[in-house]
Amino acid sequence: MPRLTVDDLKKIKEQYKSTLTLREGGYRAKITVHMGTCGIAAGARDVMDALLDEMAASDTKDVIVTTSGCAGLCSREPMATVEIINEAPVKYCYLDPEKIKKIFKEHVQGGKVVEEYALVVGSETSY
Amino acid sequence: MEKYRANLMVCGGTGCIAGGGLKIKDALVEEIKKRGLENEVNVVLTGCNGFCAEGPIMTVYPDGVFYEKLKVEDIPLLVEEHLLKGRPVEKLMYKEPEKKHAVPVMKDIPFFSLQVLRALRNKGMIDPEKIEEYIARDGYQAAAKALTEMTPEEIISTVKASGLRGRGGAGFLTGLKWEFCSKVTADQKYILCNGDEGDPGAFMDRSIMEADPHVVLEGMIIAAKAIGASKGYIYVRAEYPLAVRRLQLAIDQAKEYGLLGEDILGTGFNLDIEIYQGAGAFVCGEETALMRSLEGKRGMPIPRPPFPVHKGLWAKPSVLNNVETFANIPPIILHGADWYRSLGTEKSTGTKVFALTGAVNNIGLIEVPMGIPLRKIIFDIGGGIKKGRKFKAVQLGGPSGGCIPEELLDTPVTYEDIVKTGAIVGSGGMVVMDDLNCMVSVAKFFLEFTADESCGKCPPCRIGTRVMLDMLTDITEGRGKPGDVELLQDLAQDIINTSLCGLGQTAPNPVLTTIKYFADEYESHIKDGWCKAGVCRDLVTFYIDAETCKGCGACMRVCPAGAITGEKKKPHHINQELCIKCRSCFERCKFDSVKTGPASMREELLKKQPVEA
Repeated sequence: MPRLTVDDLKKIKEQYKSTLTLREGGYRAKITVHMGTCGIAAGARDVMDALLDEMAASDTKDVIVTTSGCAGLCSREPMATVEIINEAPVKYCYLDPEKIKKIFKEHVQGGKVVEEYALVVGSETSY
Repeated sequence: MEKYRANLMVCGGTGCIAGGGLKIKDALVEEIKKRGLENEVNVVLTGCNGFCAEGPIMTVYPDGVFYEKLKVEDIPLLVEEHLLKGRPVEKLMYKEPEKKHAVPVMKDIPFFSLQVLRALRNKGMIDPEKIEEYIARDGYQAAAKALTEMTPEEIISTVKASGLRGRGGAGFLTGLKWEFCSKVTADQKYILCNGDEGDPGAFMDRSIMEADPHVVLEGMIIAAKAIGASKGYIYVRAEYPLAVRRLQLAIDQAKEYGLLGEDILGTGFNLDIEIYQGAGAFVCGEETALMRSLEGKRGMPIPRPPFPVHKGLWAKPSVLNNVETFANIPPIILHGADWYRSLGTEKSTGTKVFALTGAVNNIGLIEVPMGIPLRKIIFDIGGGIKKGRKFKAVQLGGPSGGCIPEELLDTPVTYEDIVKTGAIVGSGGMVVMDDLNCMVSVAKFFLEFTADESCGKCPPCRIGTRVMLDMLTDITEGRGKPGDVELLQDLAQDIINTSLCGLGQTAPNPVLTTIKYFADEYESHIKDGWCKAGVCRDLVTFYIDAETCKGCGACMRVCPAGAITGEKKKPHHINQELCIKCRSCFERCKFDSVKTGPASMREELLKKQPVEA
C-alpha cells in the first residue's frame, strides 16, 4: 500500500464517493446491515447471512451489501438501510432472515418498498 | 391604475410557452372580454415559476389557486366557473402527487428530525472497517489541513474559539487544556483517548468507536500536532471487543496508508497510536487513575496538581480527551469555530450525544443541539414513555449524576443549567424512569455501584459510600429510622468534601437529588413502611380495589403464585398468604385497580380474609 499524500487523499475521496452514493460505479442498489453491538446482539448476523444467501441464489451482481455501525435506534435492531439508485434510502427495523429475504425480493429486485417492515424514508441531517 | 379583483399570473417561462402558455394567455384575455370582466380581472405573464413539468401553469390571486397543464379548451369553463361564479375548477387544479408509499419520511419523525449529526455524522453510513469509505466522507481532510496549513497555535485557537467542552462529563474547555499542554516543554508528550465508558446505561463512546473508528484517530492526530505529542494511547475497556477490533483495524489501515506512524502525509509529523485494554474498573475513567493503569500500575487516582498537562503519563505532559470530544475535532477544523458555535448556547456550544434508554419508546443513540429542553428529548425524540405509563424521573450522568423530576423537564440541556438541578450532563447517559420506579431503590442501585467501584484510597469514599448504602438498604427493607435522611445528607456532604477524585466527589449525587426531589418517598418508606411503587417487598401490600376492578382476569393469569382468585366480571381478590409481592399484577392491570398499601395493611387484610375451605 502506498503512503498517502494530501493529493492521494482527495483521489481516494473521489474514487470511493461513487460507491457511497451509488451514482457511478455500476451498482444499482446498496443494502447496509447495521452491525453495531446492539444489532449483532439482536440477530444482525443471521440477517446478513440470509441476505448473502439470497444474493448468491439469485446471482445478483449489481447490488452492494455492506455493514456499518449502530443506526441509532437500538431498540429496533436488527436494522438495515436499502438504497436504490436515485431514490431516498429506506430504513427497515426488527428484521429477521425471512423479512430481509422478502425485502430483497420485493424492494431491491421488485422496486416496491415493503411497507410493513419499513421504519422511515430519507437521510439524517448532518452538519 | 385600475384595481382588479383578481390577477391571473400565467407563467411565461420557456417551458410553459413551449407547452402553449401564450395561447392560454390569449384565450384567457378573449374569454374575459367576452364575459365583460376585463375591468375586474387582470392577466399577467410572469417569469418561470419553476414548476415546468406541470406547465402551462397559472396562479389566481388573491385566492392562490394553482392550475396546471392547462389547455385552450379548458379556458371558457375556467373563466365561467372560477372568475364569474367564484368556484375554482378542481379538476384543473394542481394535485399533490399521490404518496408513493405509506412509510413516513424522516422530517416527519421527531426521532430523526430533531437530531443533528456531527460527532455521529458517519453512523450507519460507512463501513467502519474500510478506511476508504471514511476518506470518501471527508475523512482525514481535517488532519491534512491541520498538518499542512495550520500551526499548533492556530489549531488551538480554533478549538478554543469553538467553545468545545470535554464530552467525558466534566465539561472543561478542550482548547484550553490543549493550550496548557502545548506551553510545556518536554522531550516527550502523550495524547490519550478515554474510551473507558463505564456509566450504567451509557454507550455513546462504544458506538462511535464501533461505527466510525477513524474519526477518533483523526481527532487524536490533530490534537497531537497541537500539543506536540508523538505517541498516543486509546484506553478502551476490554468489555468492548467489537470496538477494540475495529479500532485496531483502523490503526493498521491508517499505518499502511501513512496516516499514522512516521512522516504522516509526507509532512514530517510523527504519531504512533496504540490501544490499551482496561479491565473495566470504573475509577479508571478518572484521568489520573487511567494514566496509572496505562503505566501498568493499579488504577488509583493521585492528587492534582500537578495536572496531567504538566505531569501525566510516565510523568510526561499528557492530554486526555474523551472519544466524543475527539469525534468533534475534525469537523471543527474543516468548518471552523463559527460553524461549530452555530448550534448550542453561548457557554455550551455544539451538539451532544446521548444514550437514551430506560422507559422510553425509542431507545437509542441520539445527537442533539445543546440547549434543547429535556422534555423534547424524552417525549419527541424518545417518543414518550412505554406502554403509556407516567414519567417519573430522568437520570443524567450515571453514578455521578442525579435524577431530574417532571417539573424540571423544561430545563435546557447545557452544562450550566443541568448542574443547577443537582445532576450533571456527564458523558451522556440518559435513563428515563416511569412511575414503576422507587426512587429510594434507584439511589440504592447507584450507590451499590459506586461503593463497589470505589478504589479504596480515600476512607470517606471507601467507607462513606458503604455506610450510606447500608442506610439505604435499611430504609428499603423497613428498618429506616427518623433522622436517616438528614444523616444521609450530612454524610454525603462529608464524602463530597473529602474525597480525592471525581468518583467520591460525585458518588452521593444520586442520593442527594432523590432526597431533594422525592423526599416524600423517603418519608413514606421510613414513617409509613410503605413503598408506593411496590418495589421494596418488605414495605408493601398489594390489594385489589373492588370498586374499580372490572374482573378481566389479567392479574389472575399473570400471578405466578396462584394468589389471585375471582369470577369473570366480578372483583378479584389477592390471597395475602400466598402473595409473593412480585408486583406482576400491579404492572399488568390496565385499570389501576391493583393498589399498594403499607406493609402493615397485610395483617388487617389477613383478618378480613375469608377462610377458604
